[in-house]
Amino acid sequence: MAVLRTLLYLFIYPGLLFLFIYGTFCEWFDRKVYARFQNRMGPTQTGKFGILQPVADFIKLLAKEDVVPDAVDKSLFSALPAVGLAVVSVAALLLPVWNFDLNVPGPTSFSGDLIVLLYLLTLPTLIFFLAGWSSTNLFSTVGAARVITMLFAYEVPLFLAVLSPAILAGSWRLAEIAAFYQHRPLLLLPNLIGFFVAIIAVQAKLERTPFDIPHAETEIVGGTLTEYSGKKLALFRLMLDIELVVSSGLLAAVFLGGFPGGAILGFINFVIKTLFIILILSLLKAMTSRIRIDQVVAFSWKYLAPLALVQLLIVIILKGVLT
Amino acid sequence: MKFQIPIGPQHPALKEPLGLKMTIEGEVIRDADIRLGYNHRGIEKVAEQKNWIQNIYLMERICGICSHSHATCYVQGAEKLMGIMPPARALYIRYMVSELERVHSHLLWLGVAGHEAGFDSFFMYVWRDREIVMDLLELISGNRVHYAINTIGGVRRDLDESQKTKILEGIKTLQKRSEYYLYIGVNEPSFVARLAGVGYLSKEQAMKLCATGPTAKASGIDRDVRKEDPYAVYDELEFDIAVADTCDVLGRTVVRIKEILQSYTMIEQMVKKLPVGDITVKAPRRPKPGEVVARYEAPRGENIHYIKSNGSDRPERLKVRAPTLANYAATIEMLKSGFIADIPLIFAAIDPCICCAERSVVLVDASSGAEKTVPMSELRRLGIERHKNSPIKRNLAWLY
Repeated sequence: MAVLRTLLYLFIYPGLLFLFIYGTFCEWFDRKVYARFQNRMGPTQTGKFGILQPVADFIKLLAKEDVVPDAVDKSLFSALPAVGLAVVSVAALLLPVWNFDLNVPGPTSFSGDLIVLLYLLTLPTLIFFLAGWSSTNLFSTVGAARVITMLFAYEVPLFLAVLSPAILAGSWRLAEIAAFYQHRPLLLLPNLIGFFVAIIAVQAKLERTPFDIPHAETEIVGGTLTEYSGKKLALFRLMLDIELVVSSGLLAAVFLGGFPGGAILGFINFVIKTLFIILILSLLKAMTSRIRIDQVVAFSWKYLAPLALVQLLIVIILKGVLT
Repeated sequence: MKFQIPIGPQHPALKEPLGLKMTIEGEVIRDADIRLGYNHRGIEKVAEQKNWIQNIYLMERICGICSHSHATCYVQGAEKLMGIMPPARALYIRYMVSELERVHSHLLWLGVAGHEAGFDSFFMYVWRDREIVMDLLELISGNRVHYAINTIGGVRRDLDESQKTKILEGIKTLQKRSEYYLYIGVNEPSFVARLAGVGYLSKEQAMKLCATGPTAKASGIDRDVRKEDPYAVYDELEFDIAVADTCDVLGRTVVRIKEILQSYTMIEQMVKKLPVGDITVKAPRRPKPGEVVARYEAPRGENIHYIKSNGSDRPERLKVRAPTLANYAATIEMLKSGFIADIPLIFAAIDPCICCAERSVVLVDASSGAEKTVPMSELRRLGIERHKNSPIKRNLAWLY
C-alpha cells in the first residue's frame, strides 16, 4: 500500500502528471495574459480559449525529428533534458502544498527544505549551460556563456531576498515560514522590498524578457537550445513550465503567506497565488525590452543586491525589536 | 578567444539574405565584414527589355516596402525625358501616396526595431496601428503593397470626398498614437538603455561615407531631397527636416518618428489643398533620345534613378541607386564596435532593403570558402562552354 501511495505521489499527484497539466496550464495563462497585454488574441484554436495549445505544442514537438549533431557528446546531450525535468519535478514536491504535517517533518518537508529548493532551482541553469556548451554550436556557446554570466548576476540577490523572510520567521522550513506569516499577516509588509527583488531575480532565472538574453533570437538564434529539437526540446520546454510553477510557488510560500486551509482550500490558494505571481511576471515581460548582458550584471549588483541587503537589514532590526 | 560568428545569410534578425561576418571576442565585437549577393535579381537588365509603361510596374517590384518610391522616381525621370508635366491634381495624389508610404515604412521599421531589441509589446502595438495606414493606401489605390497608382503623365485613380475625409480621420488617429510611441521610445528605460549610444556614427564620418536618409539625419546632417531640391509639390508644402544629433540608434528612431509626424501634416495639407482638374495627360510612346537623373526622397534615404533613352520604346539603360547601397559603408563602420547584442539593432537601424541594393553575384566555394566575382563575359563564356556539345533541341516532343 505504501509503495502504491508513493508511486501515485510521484507520478500522478503532485508528481509528473499533475505537474504536466498545471505547468502547461500556467504556460497557457502566461501566453494568454502576455498576448492580451499586447492587444493580441493569444492561443484560441485548441480547446476552449486555446487552453490545450501548450499540450498540442508538446505533442507536436514529440513527433518531430530529433537531430543530434555529430560533434556533440551524445550521452550528455541526450541525458540533459531528462535530468533537468527530474530536477525541477523533485523541487516541486518540496512545496508546502501537498503531503506535509506541520508538526512532524517528513521527507518532503523538513528543516532546511528552503535551501534544498533553492539549490534544485539553481541546477536547471547549470543544465542549460551544459546543454549550450555541449552543443558545440557557436551560437549555443555564446548562449551558454550568457547563462552562466547571468547566474552570477541574479543568484545572490535571489538568495538574500528569499532568505530574509525565513530569518524573520526563524525557520528554514517552508511550511513553518508560511505558518508564521499566516499567524501574523502584517509582518508580510516589511518583506515587500525582498518580494520585488525576488520577482526580478525569478524573471531572470526563468530567462524571460527583459532577461531572455541567453536565447535572444535576433542575436544568437536559439541560444543555448539552438541544436535541440524534437523530444529533447519538448522536455526542455516542459522543464521551463514546471520551473515557472515551482518558482512562483516558492515566492508565494515565502512572501505571500503560503497556502493555508488544508488539502482542498490550500490547493485553491496555491492556484490563485501562483497565477498572481505569473501575472506579475507576464506584466514585467510585456513592459520591458531585452537588455544587454553587461547591463544585467551592472543592474543586479548596483540595485538588486543592495536592495536585498537593505531588506536583510530591515528584517534583522525588526527581529531585534520584536523579541 | 577570438572567433567568427556568421550573422546570415539565414538568421532570425535578417528579413532578407545577407552575410555579416562578425569577429567576436567574448561578447565584444572586434571586426565586421559584409557579404552581399544572395538576392541578385537582374532587374536592371530586365528593364532594358520592357517598354516604358511596363517598366513602371517592374520598378514597383524592386522593393516590397518602398514600392512607390522606385516607381515614382522612374516616372519622374521618364516624364522629364518625354517633356510632359502631369496635372497638379495628379501630383498631389501621387505625393500623398508617397507620404503615406513613408508613414507605413517608418511604422514598419519601428516595429522591427522593437522586435530586434526584444521589445515585442512595442512591435505588436506599432504594427497594429500600421494597419490604419495600410487600409488608407488600399482605399486610395486598391492595393496594400504595390499601389500601382503611377502612370507616365499622372496617376491612375482619383480621390473623392469620402476618401478625403477617411484619410483625414486615419491621419488624426495615427498622429496621436505616433506621439505616444515617441514618448515610449525615448522614455522606457530598458528600451533606451538598448538604443542610446549604440552604433555611433559621427557627423564627419557620415559625410565621408555618404550616409543618407535617417542614418545621416540622426548624425545631424539635414539633407533631404524634398527640401534642398524640391520636386513636384514639395515647394508648396510646409514641413521641417527631422534631425537629431545623438548619432546613435536612438537618434535614428527619433528621426523616423519625427519624420512621420511631419508626413501627417504634409498629408493633411495635400488633402486640404487638393486642386481640381484632370489626373493625367497623354504621354508619347517614345521619348526623344537623351538621359536623365531622377532624385526622390524615399523613406530610407535618397533614391536615384539614371535613365538613358535612345528614342525607342524601351530605355537603353536604367540604373537604380537604392538608399541602402549608400548606407552600407557607414553600416560596416558602425558595426565595428559594440556588443553582440547590438548587431541586429545597428544593422536594422539603416532600415536595410537588401534586395533593392543587390548588384552582383559572388561565387563562394562551399568547401574552401574561397570567393570570386564573376563578370558577365565570364558567365557568357561558361554558358557557351557548357552547352557547346549538348544536342540541339530542335525536335522536342511536347507531351500534351
